[in-house]
Amino acid sequence: MKFFFLSENTAIILFEQAINNAIFQQVTQCTKAIEVNLSEYIVDLVPAYASIHIVFNLMKISAVDFEAALNKVIDNTSTEVATITTEKTNVIPVYYGPEVALDIELVATFADLSVDAVIALHASVTYDVYAIGFAPGFAYLGNVDRRIAMPRKESPRQKVVKGSVGIADQQTAIYPADSPGGWQIIGRTPMSLIDYNDAKLTRFDTGDKVKFTAISRKDFIKMGGIL
Amino acid sequence: MSLEVISSSFLALVQDFGRFGLQKYGVTNGGPVDEHAYLWANYLLRNNYKAAQLEISMGAFSARFTKKTMIAVCGADLSITLNDQPLTLWKSHVVYPDDVIKFVSPKTGLRSYLAIAGGFQVAPQLTSCATVMREGLGGLHKDGRKLASGDKVSYEASRQELSHSVPVRFIPAYEKKISLRFIPNISANGCDADSVKHFTKQTFKVTPQMDRMGYKLSGNPIKTSSAGIISQGISMGAIQLPKDGQPIVLMRDRQTMGGYPQIGCVAYLDIALLAQSLPGTEIKFMATDVKTLAPELVAYKKFFHLDS
Repeated sequence: MKFFFLSENTAIILFEQAINNAIFQQVTQCTKAIEVNLSEYIVDLVPAYASIHIVFNLMKISAVDFEAALNKVIDNTSTEVATITTEKTNVIPVYYGPEVALDIELVATFADLSVDAVIALHASVTYDVYAIGFAPGFAYLGNVDRRIAMPRKESPRQKVVKGSVGIADQQTAIYPADSPGGWQIIGRTPMSLIDYNDAKLTRFDTGDKVKFTAISRKDFIKMGGIL
Repeated sequence: MSLEVISSSFLALVQDFGRFGLQKYGVTNGGPVDEHAYLWANYLLRNNYKAAQLEISMGAFSARFTKKTMIAVCGADLSITLNDQPLTLWKSHVVYPDDVIKFVSPKTGLRSYLAIAGGFQVAPQLTSCATVMREGLGGLHKDGRKLASGDKVSYEASRQELSHSVPVRFIPAYEKKISLRFIPNISANGCDADSVKHFTKQTFKVTPQMDRMGYKLSGNPIKTSSAGIISQGISMGAIQLPKDGQPIVLMRDRQTMGGYPQIGCVAYLDIALLAQSLPGTEIKFMATDVKTLAPELVAYKKFFHLDS
């Protein structure tokens, strides 16, 4: 674990630079410790995969004192026994039908599997929310089964429809709004991922668990999905 | 009572100080890209530092006042007139019903800030009314739209008649050649001491790919020691180096996470200068450190009564 300042009021904690659950557990644990102990000094805190980006409040603490306070928190965290995590698993219904799964045939060819097998593999894993970023509510989920871990497109689509579920290497994600995007699209959820007018802004928080479940075209429409 | 937009054909946005604490949900800061000019405009009117203003880029904007109040305009000289008479920038002015303000085209700089006594009254969305077009967030209609003719931006009438000016030494000249201080980052983000050395010797130019999200520069490509890093949170002013080795400086509307190598971060107070740069502006970078820069930033925050 390494800490350093990026600017006058921002810093980063870098963990071993790899994407896996063990390292991510360290990230979430350290994030919680910072939230509990140093919240009065924190402006923004972005945990992601193998790092924690911090904006601290220079009007309340100097850089030197902040580093000292942070080191104390980190030291105490690392000696703690890992606590049992209680985050809930969000189940997200996905319609994997051909009208919405624009790239599922490509992924099936890539994996040398049937479309049904691709769906079964995608829906079999309980994913970690490794990070939220890129766009409001865009959650990076991992790890996707290696067999269907197709790289993103060479050139992105101009428009990926809201609710689209995509794969990029060992990551999967849901597009919270219409946007350009290069991920391989394999389905669509009728669920909303972000609501600016809701007190709970995003459906997921970093550190949550997510599982996908296949639904029929009829259920997709019944749940408010738009084809 | 309100400011009635007569015409707005380029880019005029409602901006307050922006959103903080929401980056973990992927929500960017928004707010004034030239924070220096924005803060002075509020300061001249004795407004709260977070009071909402209009950020007008390039010009092509005109509007009518409907009640007496006070205004201040800071930032770029966009050939600004009040009732067809030139308006002095960096100074407070009294305006009357039916007065018309016009922002025509840039003489120096790129963005002007129009502050009004008490601030424009725009309902917040996620704690702030800052407009982020890409996220469909904030602004007059709570959907990220820029201002358009026919829009009415509310304000309270004011009887105040102050006359305040910004001291000349704090008024920047927006030059065609600028130098920006930066804090190198050679620890673990894909750049090494050699890249930094090379970087500080180059002159870069602002390209037309510049907006509130980031400024793409062009020059001799800077080599990085890795093609990418695992995505992480991004600081204001971070200098990214994508595969082509051409730097991108990230601004107020930046994406909250990124995976390109970073060579460092522009000094917070120098971001305002970059925000006023048009394509073609020449840029040199000078390496410095946090210890040197922090006291200056703290003094600035204290002066403008910022609480974070």
